[in-house]
Amino acid sequence: MRRELIGPIVALFFVAACQSTPNDTGNAVTQGAAAGGGGAGVAQNAAPAAAPAAAPAARPAGPTAGTRAEFEQVVGDRVFFDFDKFDLQPVARGTLERQAAWLKRYPAARVVVEGHCDERGTREYNLALGERRATASKNYLVALGVEASRITTISYGKEKPAVPGSNEAAWSQNRRAVTVVSGVATN
Amino acid sequence: MMPRDIQTNLLAPPSGATAPRWGLSMPLSRRQGFRAAAGLAASAAALTAMPAQAVIRVDITRGNVDPVPIAVTDLFADTPQGRSIGADIARVVAGDLDRSGLFRPIAKTAFLQRPEDMQMLPRFVDWRTINAQALVTGKTTLEADGRLRVEFRLWDVFAEQQMAGISYTSAPDTWRRVAHLIADAIYERLTGEKGYFDTRVVYVAESGPASKRVKRLAIMDQDGANHRFLTDGSYLVLTPRFSPTAQEITYLAYVNDRPRVYIYNIDTGQQEILGDFPGMTFAPRFSPDGRKVIMTLADAGNSDIYTMDLHTREVRRLTNSPAIDTSPSFSPDGNRITFNSDRGGSQQIYTMDANGNNVQRISFGQGRYATPVWSPRGDLIAFTKFDASTFYIGVMRPDGGGERLLAQSFLVEGPSWAPNGRVIMYYRQDQTNRDGTGGDAHLWSVDLTGYNERLMVTPLLGSDPAWSPLLTP
Repeated sequence: MRRELIGPIVALFFVAACQSTPNDTGNAVTQGAAAGGGGAGVAQNAAPAAAPAAAPAARPAGPTAGTRAEFEQVVGDRVFFDFDKFDLQPVARGTLERQAAWLKRYPAARVVVEGHCDERGTREYNLALGERRATASKNYLVALGVEASRITTISYGKEKPAVPGSNEAAWSQNRRAVTVVSGVATN
Repeated sequence: MMPRDIQTNLLAPPSGATAPRWGLSMPLSRRQGFRAAAGLAASAAALTAMPAQAVIRVDITRGNVDPVPIAVTDLFADTPQGRSIGADIARVVAGDLDRSGLFRPIAKTAFLQRPEDMQMLPRFVDWRTINAQALVTGKTTLEADGRLRVEFRLWDVFAEQQMAGISYTSAPDTWRRVAHLIADAIYERLTGEKGYFDTRVVYVAESGPASKRVKRLAIMDQDGANHRFLTDGSYLVLTPRFSPTAQEITYLAYVNDRPRVYIYNIDTGQQEILGDFPGMTFAPRFSPDGRKVIMTLADAGNSDIYTMDLHTREVRRLTNSPAIDTSPSFSPDGNRITFNSDRGGSQQIYTMDANGNNVQRISFGQGRYATPVWSPRGDLIAFTKFDASTFYIGVMRPDGGGERLLAQSFLVEGPSWAPNGRVIMYYRQDQTNRDGTGGDAHLWSVDLTGYNERLMVTPLLGSDPAWSPLLTP
C-alpha cells in the first residue's frame, strides 16, 4: 500500500508555509496555509505569553494562546491531499507537526480529525477515503507523541465541502483532514 | 378500520367478446410463439397489423423507439363519486404507462366513444379510427359495505379481443395502489415482463446551499405521489435501501456525529442502530432473504465488508485487505456479492462468494468503477463509472462482459434497479458555483436500453434513490 514513512522533521516549516497556499484565486482560504506560515514562528514563541487581561482595550494582534482560535489561525487546523490519495505530503506533515507541538503544550485539548473528499467520487467510496485521510492525520499525530486517546476520527466523505465550486481550486481545498479542537477556550 | 388488502379476481370476457385462446393465468413468456415473436424485433405496430388472431406485443428490448398507442378511458360508474375515482384511476394508469416509454396514451379529447357506452363491448372501429392499438375500459362501484370495487379490461383493438380483465376490491383510499396494479397488469400482459408501478422510492431529500445541505430521508410512490419525510434533517442521512419486503429501510445516519448503519421500520417509524461497532459502518444493503445486512466497517481507517445476521446478531467479516472494500450488493440468489475495491491500485468492481471466497475482478475498462448493484434478474450489474471528468451510469454482465453506458453527466451516481430489472433510477448533480449556489441534485430514471431518460419530480432536491420491490409480490 501507499504509505509514507515519517521522515525527519527538521525545518520544513517555512517550506510548508510557502507551498501550502493552493492556487486558489477565489474566496475563503484565509486560515490554514497562509496564516500557518507566519504561525510557525508565533507558535514557538507564544508559549509563555501571560495574557494581559488587565488591558482589554489594547488587545494584541492575533488570537490568544492556547485557544481554539489560535489552533485554527496560527497553528493551522487542516492538511490537504491529492486526488484519491491519503498519503501526507511534506506540507501536511509540517502542519501536523505544529499541531502535535501545540497539543502537547495544551494537554487538556482533545481533537476530532475530520476526513473530507472533493465531489469527484461516489458517496460510499469517499466515506472510506475520508476515513483513510482522517486516520493518516491521526496516526501521524500519535507518532509525534500525542496520546491516541485524545484523538477521534470521523469521515464526512464529500458531504461537507469547505469551499463551494466545481473546479480544481475548490476541490484542492476540499480534499482535507481538519483537526477540530475541544476542551480549550474558543478564543 | 378497513383491511388494507386488495382482493383480486379475474374477469371473463363479456358475452359477445372473445379472449385469446390461452388463459391469462399462464405467463406470457411461456405462451406458444411468444419468445419467437419477441425475438423477431418486429415492432408492435407490425404485429398488430397482422390478421385478427394476432395479439399486441411490446418488445421491451428496444426502448421507446415506437411506443404503443393506448387509449385509457375513464372508468365508468353510476355515481359522481365513483366516476371521479374512475377518472383518477385512469389518469394514474395512463401516467404510469406513459413514463415507461413503451406506451403512448392517447389524449382523451380524441376519443369517439364515451365510457358509459362501452359497458358491454367497445365499438372497436371507433378506437381503430384514432389509431389506438390497445384500449383500457372499466368501471368502479362503491359497495354497500363501503368497499371499492374496480374492474378493468384490456382490449386488443385490431384483434377485437379481451387481453386481460381483473377486478380489485379494497378500501376506497387504496385507489392509487389499485391504479398501479392495473398498470402493472397491462404492462405484464403486453410485454411479458413483470411491471414495476406498484412500488415506492426512498431517497435523500436535500435543501440548502451545497456547503450546508440539509438531508432528510423521504419516501414516495414511484410516480411521486404520497410523498413524506421520514427524518427531520437534524442529522445527516445517506444511502437508504429497502428490505425485500419493502417494510424496512437500512441507511447511514450521523446521529450525535457517530456515522452508523440504522434500520427504519416504515410502519412503526422506529429507528434502530444496527450493532455496536467500534468505527463507522456504512454502505448497507439487505440480503435477498432479508435476514442479513451487508455493509462496510471502517476500523482504524481501513474499510472492509461485513454481514450482520438480523436475528442472531452474528457478525461475519468477508474481506480482509488493506484496501478500501465497500459498496457490497448481493446477487438475487444470495450466492454471490459484488463490491467496490481499490485493492488493485484503482477503484474497480469485484465479485466474491457469499462467504468471501473466490474473489474476481470484473471491471477492466478505462476509468474508475464504483457502486455495483446486482440486478433483481441476476443478469446484469449496474455501476457508476468516472473517467476523464465525466460520470456514467452503466451495466455489465456479472462476468464483466457486455459493458454498456446508459447515462452520463458531470456527476451521476448511485444506480438502483426497478424490481423487474428493466429500469434504473439514479441521481444527477449539477456543478456548484463559487458563490455556493448550484450543486442541485435530482432523481432520474433510464431504461436498460439507454432510452427514456426521465426526471423524477420531487418537492425538494433529491439523491441516493432506492427502488422498492413490488409491494404486492
